[in-house]
Amino acid sequence: MSREADISGKLDWISVLLYLLMVALGWFNIFAAVYDETANQSIFDLGLNSGRQLMFIAASVFIILAIVIIDMRFYETFAYIFYAVILFVLMLIPLIGKEVGGNKSWIGIGSFGVQPSEFAKFITALAISKFIGSVGFKMDSLRNQAILFVLMLVPMGLIILQKDFGTALVFLSFLLVFYREGMSPFILIVGIAMAALAILTLIVENQLYLHGLIGGVLVLLIIFGKRTVKRIVTLTFGALLLIGTIESFDYVINNLLPERHKKRLEALVNPNFDPMGINWNVTQSKIAIGSGGFSGKGFLKGTQTKFDFVPEQSTDFIFCTIGEEHGWLGSLVIVVLFIFFMQRIIFIAERQKNRFARAYGYSVASIFFFHFAINIGMTIGLFPVIGIPLPFFSYGGSALWSFTTLLFILLKLDSHRSQVLQRI
Amino acid sequence: MNEGRREIVQVVVALVGLIFLVRLFFIQVADNRYAELADGNAIMRQVEYPFRGLIYDRNNKLIVYNTPEFDIQVVMKEVKKFDSARFCTVVGLSRQELRAKFREMKARKEYSPYKPTLFLNQLSNIDFARIQDHLDEFPGFYVQARTTRAYQSPTLANALGYVSEISKENLARDASGIYKQGDYVGQSGIEAFYEEFLRGKRGVRFKLRNVKGIEKGSFKNGEYDTLSVPGANLYTGIDLDLQQYGEFLMKGKAGSIVAIEPASGEILSLVSGPSYDPSLLTGRYYSSNFKLISSDSLKPLFNRPLMAQYRPGSIFKIAQAMTALQEKVLTPDTRIRCDRSVINCHGAHSNEDLRGAIANSCNPYFHNVLRRMLNKGIVNDPFADTRIGLEEWNKHITSFGFGKRLGIDLPNEKDGLIPTPAYYDRAYRNRPWKFSNIYSIAIGEGENLVVPIQMANFAATIANRGYYYTPHLVKAIGENGQPLPHYTQRHYTTIDSSYFIVAVDAMQKVVEEGTGQYRAKLAGVIVCGKTGTVQNAPPLFDHSVFIAFAPRDNPKIAISVYVEDAGQGARAAASIASLMIEKYLFGATKRPHIEQYVLNNKFE
Repeated sequence: MSREADISGKLDWISVLLYLLMVALGWFNIFAAVYDETANQSIFDLGLNSGRQLMFIAASVFIILAIVIIDMRFYETFAYIFYAVILFVLMLIPLIGKEVGGNKSWIGIGSFGVQPSEFAKFITALAISKFIGSVGFKMDSLRNQAILFVLMLVPMGLIILQKDFGTALVFLSFLLVFYREGMSPFILIVGIAMAALAILTLIVENQLYLHGLIGGVLVLLIIFGKRTVKRIVTLTFGALLLIGTIESFDYVINNLLPERHKKRLEALVNPNFDPMGINWNVTQSKIAIGSGGFSGKGFLKGTQTKFDFVPEQSTDFIFCTIGEEHGWLGSLVIVVLFIFFMQRIIFIAERQKNRFARAYGYSVASIFFFHFAINIGMTIGLFPVIGIPLPFFSYGGSALWSFTTLLFILLKLDSHRSQVLQRI
Repeated sequence: MNEGRREIVQVVVALVGLIFLVRLFFIQVADNRYAELADGNAIMRQVEYPFRGLIYDRNNKLIVYNTPEFDIQVVMKEVKKFDSARFCTVVGLSRQELRAKFREMKARKEYSPYKPTLFLNQLSNIDFARIQDHLDEFPGFYVQARTTRAYQSPTLANALGYVSEISKENLARDASGIYKQGDYVGQSGIEAFYEEFLRGKRGVRFKLRNVKGIEKGSFKNGEYDTLSVPGANLYTGIDLDLQQYGEFLMKGKAGSIVAIEPASGEILSLVSGPSYDPSLLTGRYYSSNFKLISSDSLKPLFNRPLMAQYRPGSIFKIAQAMTALQEKVLTPDTRIRCDRSVINCHGAHSNEDLRGAIANSCNPYFHNVLRRMLNKGIVNDPFADTRIGLEEWNKHITSFGFGKRLGIDLPNEKDGLIPTPAYYDRAYRNRPWKFSNIYSIAIGEGENLVVPIQMANFAATIANRGYYYTPHLVKAIGENGQPLPHYTQRHYTTIDSSYFIVAVDAMQKVVEEGTGQYRAKLAGVIVCGKTGTVQNAPPLFDHSVFIAFAPRDNPKIAISVYVEDAGQGARAAASIASLMIEKYLFGATKRPHIEQYVLNNKFE
């Protein structure tokens, strides 16, 4: 029996099947998004996104083969070196990158562009996991926590410099990994609360309502909890912090930002702001999805998603096509597929026998979750418009390869889980 | 310490999915507002068809232009119940026709109730004006304006060609992606050959509409709109008056007239008889008219100047003479006895020199000339000797543009045929052949085939004393433009230009004292010409041929006329050619008796 067959036999076939299913559905759907019934097109036409996506899919097969063949220890061993290299490349991009759609995050290789920030995702995941898995790592050490945040924030900062905010935000999904590995939920909750409040500040006209809300929650928490001094002080301190956030955010918005940036920001966080202007995409997206009804208009029969002028039609807003052509039933299938897929990854992560592999598994789950939540949430008006792709469905080579690599490194590690020394 | 965190993460993931599904349920199933917005098709995409380039004659007279026509499209989802009796009166259909229309529309493969579907096409201005006033009573019906071809006069049909909707097969074959279903494309003639210049570029306009379907201005101030770009105008070398006069003269005849300006190769007129009215192949009745025209037994779509391959007859003797002079088997003063034992002749002459032999079209003379050329005695075997001679002969003859398509700017040009040794090997199935088997090519009969445009080009070559420009219709693409680059190159024959003076002299003699003296001579200008009478199977009359150019020095026009089944070349063809030259050089003809003679169609 050859060694390769041995390895592939141990790959988690449920995940592989889910992967293949989503990639195939994604491919058909990309064709639907670009399909023009008057033009006599073929799904294989390389002039179309669908034809090019098929090439990207074919290339993914080679990536998978390479990952499966390479020794499992390779990923952990070289994690920091990869990390150093990708930081270097990210620093170079402002100098040599080309601009696509307002982002300067692409490196051109011939006629194809590659987005290094996409690859920074799984590399950062490896580096963070390696650190978590290292001997003597303790989450309650402040020093260790600080290092983890640095590992997360440095690539994020470099990507923000490329003005690719969507991809940068994805790095926040590592917070979920930290949480699973023992970080205090307080940080997570306060972080989320601060972000939510910042958004609320923009939506709610009068901040007094917000202050009142915080005060009310504080009083309730004190009344219905253990009334120890330490707890009351901590809670009060937290509430003051939140109120301070609101005030300072409000100050920055109203006094420091120029009017036109303010409008931008307002539109970004409030899906109902200026529906015929800046938020046109979201309005169109909701009309498209909403018009699908219960069972949709049928494959290639959509009318709303076929206008060439929504530039993200086959990338960020790909879910519109599903919603319009396959209705609520089709959306249900896709959402359930994703949920099932992510649960499976968590399941795989939990059965790992060392901390490195488990942390990496959670990184994979968190990154997929972040993309899933933000992307679909954006198309149905629950989240602000942040341009990140829907895994396996959005058109694009870099994203597909990045997600494929992310997943299959985990599956490779998983296939060898019985061979590693128990280090947990 | 991390107990339960796995479950919390799992619940969060599932919860987000659940929130999405609930939200989706509200948007998609519970709330009809979005479906209505979509049905209102908030953004409407309107195609702006470009204006096809116009076509002008050499004096900037308009030949082809565009006229508006209107398609009516319907979006079935938007159609409300309507009074069908009233609708029928408005659009001018019977109830059965209306029902059939809807059935046919829904049966189409690409049919979608959400999209504009073609309902009635190519309404004229008048039909449209009647319908337009009432269209607002019937929601869901829209107008798409575009243009179709129109013609100043029913002339030049075969050279212009026609424009019609692109076929399914051609659309599938179009790799460029330029064409879409329903687009018009040039199908023949200039319209097809210059399609890429004429077609222009389609534009698109995005318009916003509210739920009631009322337009609310352009989408994003027209940021995504593209303007249509009109196609380039074509300026042809055609003289429209001359063309119309030529078609007038060809009435009731089958054949062709080709007139060329020798100094440029520009085609002055290109008459194919019988022809048709080009406006029949435009607009709503295109397909029924096309059926009618293409099944006509007179074949009006057969473009004779380019596609009819005829034996050239005696006009070919001039090419023979030039070839023989170049090969030095003959001098202009060589006299040969008119021996009518092998090959018959006509007229009273007995012992002519070269010029006289051409003027009187002496058959035995050229029979003898070809023998001298093919059997030069280079080798003793007469079979091999003929082969060597024929090879040489073919080289010279084809240098006049015979035997291979010239490359005029129209599709479907034919090659004609000038025999080679290989050709005779095939014809004789590799049995031996020699001069005595093939001598009828000496007088332009036998295996030679020439298309009329090559005959006219031949006349132009003699007029230029030894070279020609490839004949072409379009002298400028776009205002102040150029013709296609290869139309400005000279093509030289393999004959020394000094020999051409003999041909010019002889052709002058043909018109002044030879076979052409009765009908081809014109007052005030020296015409050079040559008659040809091509044998035809009795009881049909022979074919009548004439080539000519004028004036003798600094020629302005070279012409070929071929009239099928009309007897001697000196009659129908010579008359028509001289009338054309007269018309072109003097603007009018002053010989009503000749014109009447041509129009009477009684040449025997």
